[in-house]
Amino acid sequence: MRALLFALAFLASVAAVTPSANAQTLQSVLQDNAEAVAKPARRTVEAVLAALSAAQLEGVPEFLESWRDRNLWQRNADGLFFVAAEADGGLVLTDLDTGAESRAENTRDFSQIRPNAGVRRVIDAALVQFLLSDPDLNRRLAALDAISRDPAEDQLEPLRASIDGEGNSTVLARKQQLERQLTALYDADPAARITAIEALSGDLSVEVRGILSRILSARDAVAAAIPEGVNVAATLTPGEDFDMATAYARLVDADLAPATVQPADVNAALIARIAEGSVAGVPVATLNTEAARVAAYRTLVAAGEVPPFITPDEREAAIAAHVFYQAYNEPNAEVTAAAEDAQAAIATRLAAGQAADLTLDALSLASIYFLAAVGLAITFGVMGVINMAHGEFIMMGAYTGYVVQLFVPDYTLSILIALPLAFAVTFGAGVAMERLVIRWLYHRPLETLLATFGISIALQQLAKNIFGTQARPLTSPDWLAGAWVINDVVQISYIRIAIFFLALIFLGLILFILKRTRLGLEVRAVTQNPGMAASMGINPDRINMLTFGLGSGIAGIAGVAIGLYAKVTSEMGSDYIVQSFMTVVVGGVGNVWGTLAGATMIGFTQKGIEWFNPSNTLAAQTFMILFVILFIQFRPKGIVALRGRAAGD
Amino acid sequence: MERSFVARNPSVLWFLLALSIFTIVVTILSEALGLGLMSTSFLKTLGKTLCLCLVAVAMDVVWGYCGILSLGHFAFFGIGGYAVGMWLMYARTEGIVLTSLASAPLPPTPEEVTSAIGTQIFGVVGSSEFPAIWAFSDSLILQLLAVVLVPGLLALVFGWLAFRSRVTGVYLSILTQAMTLALSLYFFQNDTGLRGNNGLSGLQNIPGLESVSQATISLWFFWASALALGLGYVLFAWLVSGKLGSVIRAIRDNEARVRFLGYHVEGYKLFVFTVTAMVAGIAGALYYPQAGIINPAEIAPVASIYLAVWVAIGGRGRLYGAIIGAALVSLMSSWFTGGSAPDINLGIYVVKWTDWWLVLLGLTFVAVTLFFPKGIGGLFDRLVRNPDGGAR
Repeated sequence: MRALLFALAFLASVAAVTPSANAQTLQSVLQDNAEAVAKPARRTVEAVLAALSAAQLEGVPEFLESWRDRNLWQRNADGLFFVAAEADGGLVLTDLDTGAESRAENTRDFSQIRPNAGVRRVIDAALVQFLLSDPDLNRRLAALDAISRDPAEDQLEPLRASIDGEGNSTVLARKQQLERQLTALYDADPAARITAIEALSGDLSVEVRGILSRILSARDAVAAAIPEGVNVAATLTPGEDFDMATAYARLVDADLAPATVQPADVNAALIARIAEGSVAGVPVATLNTEAARVAAYRTLVAAGEVPPFITPDEREAAIAAHVFYQAYNEPNAEVTAAAEDAQAAIATRLAAGQAADLTLDALSLASIYFLAAVGLAITFGVMGVINMAHGEFIMMGAYTGYVVQLFVPDYTLSILIALPLAFAVTFGAGVAMERLVIRWLYHRPLETLLATFGISIALQQLAKNIFGTQARPLTSPDWLAGAWVINDVVQISYIRIAIFFLALIFLGLILFILKRTRLGLEVRAVTQNPGMAASMGINPDRINMLTFGLGSGIAGIAGVAIGLYAKVTSEMGSDYIVQSFMTVVVGGVGNVWGTLAGATMIGFTQKGIEWFNPSNTLAAQTFMILFVILFIQFRPKGIVALRGRAAGD
Repeated sequence: MERSFVARNPSVLWFLLALSIFTIVVTILSEALGLGLMSTSFLKTLGKTLCLCLVAVAMDVVWGYCGILSLGHFAFFGIGGYAVGMWLMYARTEGIVLTSLASAPLPPTPEEVTSAIGTQIFGVVGSSEFPAIWAFSDSLILQLLAVVLVPGLLALVFGWLAFRSRVTGVYLSILTQAMTLALSLYFFQNDTGLRGNNGLSGLQNIPGLESVSQATISLWFFWASALALGLGYVLFAWLVSGKLGSVIRAIRDNEARVRFLGYHVEGYKLFVFTVTAMVAGIAGALYYPQAGIINPAEIAPVASIYLAVWVAIGGRGRLYGAIIGAALVSLMSSWFTGGSAPDINLGIYVVKWTDWWLVLLGLTFVAVTLFFPKGIGGLFDRLVRNPDGGAR
């Protein structure tokens, strides 16, 4: 560290004396210090670094890396230096100044320069310094990222030294942030560390959490008594914090107790002593139970051939005679206490952040379910038609988006075209299906299910035949690509926000159509009593057709939205169909608000279950479905149940 | 009683006769005992088809006679397969493990054998522990009981919950479909203990029968499947021809009226739902040793819908209709998707049946639903003019 400070001071002074030395090249600087470069020692290397710094040349960091990594070679004939790599028995040489490559067949004409570990550390520190003051902004940021990935003690001084000269405010902020973190980890003065740790306690980032857990890293230890000067994290009680077998195993590991005899040891001892089909007078064939083997082993123990078993009493006594504890690797108790406090403060905020993140996730899942199900809420909920091909309408919408993107390369424009086009395509498909199939089956709902299932498999296979089995991309425009990052814990992609708003828009639109328009009035009339509606001059056929088309068209738009964040495949519809029906049934059939409630409940339930077992989303889905099945037991008509005559039946 | 039952149902005798003749013909053509004109793989396909017919008959009773469109009976079928598969896999692995441990210097202890079997079976999902549901996998008797009891119990609990809260019609269908989806997702998980999406494999090798050729084993399974189908057919024909049959048909036609007449509708429905689930389990237990492998994709919701498709195409409300539908559609499916059907060259476009069969099937299905709601069985009605014939 002192050597480094010396180097920095030297570097600064030389820089002041020779402000500009543009006539120099890297090679010439090195030739001036040829002896020190070729046979680097900790004392001499600093002069070279100072000279390099003074010359203000490009390519110095790369040169330092090569030097450190032993990729620097000197030509014996004229003493020139090259960056070289061994290849095919020869060397590929790179000129230091021009970067021109040449090839040398005989490695013996060159000597490799091998700085020792001490020199390499000095070079490393200088390298950090060089990179941190590099004129290129991106390289400075890259150097800072490298430090943050792998913080080390000797980076602290170069980092501090580079802060003063920093001109860019972003980089400066980042440098100060890292400086605080490194101070918390490595400063020689405990008071400075504690101050830095306290300053970190408001930061939720993964980086800071990593730094704190690094400070608080502890090792398990066992001793007859806790030695002086150890910073104890916790004293552990065998039998409570871990079982007795583990406790004894730790004693054995610490060489504080004789090793237990494991079943494998018993087997090995027995196998080693097999003679003429028996061990210790016991025939081998009878050793087919644990008990028999143990008995045979005891015979060997009695003969003094093998170590005895440890009795439970011996084990208890050995464990009781020792203290099990966790010791911080950090010796200073005040520092660890401050870190504990900071960690606790962060944990509280972290929990709040994660809860917020989970809520956002659940909201976004709920809006996807809502979008997928809201078309069904109309066809199934309002008309009572069970449409198993609804998922395939979603898929058709997504493929429409894909085809539009094939022809319109501008992603924003293509999405704007795709949304109404998807509506038109699936509206048409829905109307055709209603006219050709469903209207014959209004009085046979179970058969509607089967007929629409037939359409569903036909459409799915048709999509497979046309578009192939591999997933097709539906690319979102750039302004939807990123994520809204609130902090390191809470973030949500713009796509999901867009889907959320799309769901809201649809909710409003459908409510408006059903409640405020002539069509909606007629739909509700036909739903409640087709005969009466017909006698009032409403054409039920036309209304059924339009309603079904509307529900299908919304599925098409949902398909574009879903395709934007998931891949478009011919099977994407079947992924949503069961959940969509669940959503409608749970929410309450015949009510758009119910669908909203159902989607919200299912979305939140699923995310809530995932929260307990984040690694297993399949389990979350399983339990969510079980939950829905049970829920229907208690509210068979769904969350928002229609009452009175509208409930039908 | 028995005589009047047969007298009232001549179709049962006809069916049994046809099944016997079919079995004898297949036996004569088989490789193991007969002329060897029929390959073992085709024999297996026929045996599997008989099992599918059995589950279709069960489906027909629950849907065509009782009006419950269950989209979960293929899941019960799969559970039956898993139950017998667990024993097959355990016993066969035990044999392999015992052989490999026989050369060890010490004779293996029971613990060593169990742990070696666990490593063999569950290595693919990164585990070596036996999950709790494998507790009885070493006992053939208990696993065979599980073939019947697990689907039965599941159907009983689920049916009790569903029927009790008066979930009917399409809602019940959606609920059963949700149950099937939950079940298949559950089986897909690695930590369920059923080897996740690897499923159970090597089921065609029957432990203890290593010396018997696959041709012979396939024939035995074919006979067993034929026997099970015959017995199942007679059982269900007897059930639906008696008073119970009348009540469940009445429930199908007007549930509320039957309830007002004082019948305990939920009890009848639960009985039918559970018994058919048990039969579906038996069919699965016979099917999967012939298929050789079972994985969770087999019990995906779509499989249960296909089951309904077969019954609808064959003709609901007639037991033989279900058999015709299941046999016809499943055999045609395997023929068309197996690549052996000739492609049709239209000049500008070659119709490959592997690509277009599902489209054709789907559209056929729509057409059958629209124009022949009675299915193929309805055609028989026109010929026979059976006044007692089946569903609406």
